[in-house]
Amino acid sequence: MKNDLNKLSNPEEFQSPIDIEGFDVEVLMRMLESMVLIRKTEQRLALERMNGLIGGPVHLGAGQEAIAVGISQHLQSTDRVFGAHRSHSHLLALNPDFYRLFAEVLGKSTGFSKGMGGSMHLVDQASGFYGSVPIVAGTVALAVGAAMAAKMQKTNDIGVAYIGDGAVEEGVVHESFNLAKIQNAPMLFVIENNLFASHMHISLRQPSPMISRFAEANGIPFELVDGNDVVAVFDAAKRAICDIRSGKGPRLLELVSYRFYGHVDWRDDVDVGVERSLDDIENWKARDPILRLSKSMLDCGFLSECQESAFDQKLDKDIDKAWNRAMNDPYPSDEATLKYVYSEEN
Amino acid sequence: MEKRNYGTAILSAFDYLLENYPEVFVIGQGLWSPWYVGNTMTDLEKKFGVDRVIDTPVSESACTGAAVGASLAGMRPIVVHPRMDFMLYAMDAIVNQASKWSHMLGGQAHPGVTIRSIINRGGEQGAQHSQALHAWFAHVPGLRVVMPSTVADARDLLIASVLCKDPVMYIDDRWLYDQEDDLPDAIELDLATQRPVVSIIGSDITIVGSGHASLLARQAAEQLEGKGISVEVIDVRILNPFYAEEIIKSVKKTKNLLVIDSGWTSGGFSAEIIAKVVEQLPVNCLNNPPARVALPDAPAPTSRFLERDYYISPNDIVEKVINLIK
Repeated sequence: MKNDLNKLSNPEEFQSPIDIEGFDVEVLMRMLESMVLIRKTEQRLALERMNGLIGGPVHLGAGQEAIAVGISQHLQSTDRVFGAHRSHSHLLALNPDFYRLFAEVLGKSTGFSKGMGGSMHLVDQASGFYGSVPIVAGTVALAVGAAMAAKMQKTNDIGVAYIGDGAVEEGVVHESFNLAKIQNAPMLFVIENNLFASHMHISLRQPSPMISRFAEANGIPFELVDGNDVVAVFDAAKRAICDIRSGKGPRLLELVSYRFYGHVDWRDDVDVGVERSLDDIENWKARDPILRLSKSMLDCGFLSECQESAFDQKLDKDIDKAWNRAMNDPYPSDEATLKYVYSEEN
Repeated sequence: MEKRNYGTAILSAFDYLLENYPEVFVIGQGLWSPWYVGNTMTDLEKKFGVDRVIDTPVSESACTGAAVGASLAGMRPIVVHPRMDFMLYAMDAIVNQASKWSHMLGGQAHPGVTIRSIINRGGEQGAQHSQALHAWFAHVPGLRVVMPSTVADARDLLIASVLCKDPVMYIDDRWLYDQEDDLPDAIELDLATQRPVVSIIGSDITIVGSGHASLLARQAAEQLEGKGISVEVIDVRILNPFYAEEIIKSVKKTKNLLVIDSGWTSGGFSAEIIAKVVEQLPVNCLNNPPARVALPDAPAPTSRFLERDYYISPNDIVEKVINLIK
């Protein structure tokens, strides 16, 4: 079935539970738990940012969890994954250690980036997460280079770049598509099309809402997928990554989704007024990827409400504990500012 | 000992690196063409293969970014920009990404990429085929900036740059390529411990330069010697991080300081040298105010007639010294 972007971007469509028939229940459970973990972690970040305990900006991706979760099921720890400013889910889908994310966001030395990065500069190379930075599109070419390296090193590892629909308006993304194709690099471009760049709707920025047209222009095979259907994401990612690992060159996935919060921090309404209405947000919340999966699983009897609430309660408790622990962790030492400039100082 | 010129010394660094380090590869525009990079990379792709010496689409930004990414994945890439002017398309990869990566991620990953950037000017090429922007890059913490001036440094500092774990901006100047000198066997230097060196010992004035400016200083020193003025020449070599101790020591002895720089005067690296030296000198140590010879604050003109005045010659330096200390 070929997807239509206009339909995918209409919040009144695709609200029904997703099709999980014949799907491995263990994988479904794993994906549900991963999505809930990311959602609750970000909700805690939203709350504490509002409370003033987090000093810097947090770009929350609640509503878009299915993308990173569906894709990461097919990644290995030696792959090379790069993110951007809104990358909590990209990292947590590979390593669910929310304690280290909390510590990082609080600027503590126990965080993923030793307290030097905060929410916008994250790294966990051991799990394959090479790094995320807030310069829009800044890591796309880096991911292509890491993919080229994988080819030179004769491994079956791949490069992955998470790219927003706003980032494709940067020239380097097009250079990167072309370079990846001409080098036949083992590279997956993941387009998270949430229809907004900061406050600007895509209709005010581009002549077409479909980002995949740039894949077509560069001869890169692509799929356009409902980004709020974790099973559809899982299946499309499986096909793409299998092709990439077998040496067929770069692939692109365009996943249409929506973020529940505004561009930055805890408010959901900061973008309202351009093209984003409260009705849209409410409709998109009915297309919540977590809700749709859990409903399908409840309907099929793969999950009971009792199980679900037990999981939620335990997670809430763990998150509480992790947050309090991170709050009591030490800041980096005085020397840290100069220590990390060059490698020799380590 | 074997006599070599600066250009082929660079070539021998590439040979050495590609031969001995399988994780080294080279990427950039014009690498399969004989005229983009002079005699510095001749036939490398034939010897080491087009998969390790990669000529690219016209995409400075993506190619530089790709090199940064490859370095994070265990390779030691060298990106080549045959003209520094075109490299400005790649500023994000260089300044925002490579230079800050280690610091912003807590020192857990180091992009050991070498960015070879060539100053290529004169010959009526004009404003966009001429720039020497080393001062910009020396301003950025986390980016090592190297400007070799001698034949041996052209090779050994390139090897050191590529073996260094940090991102390095290696800047060579085509006006240096014909310079000949003895070339001993290649050595693997630790870039982090390299410092400015005294290339000529003297007692009346200290002249400091880097890259081509350093060659001009040496040529001027020879002329001045004939006029009875003894010049101590210091070659900066490493502009970032910049260590001024050697220069300070020299100025304490000569009590005169002149800086030559192939960039523009205002906000140039000449200012950084003078500032760092003067900050640490005892009051009244200098016999004369510190001085500099650098380019006028204007883009490079094209006309041969204007070019002649615009660029620095050894005579300009001789004149400046005589006016300064007479």
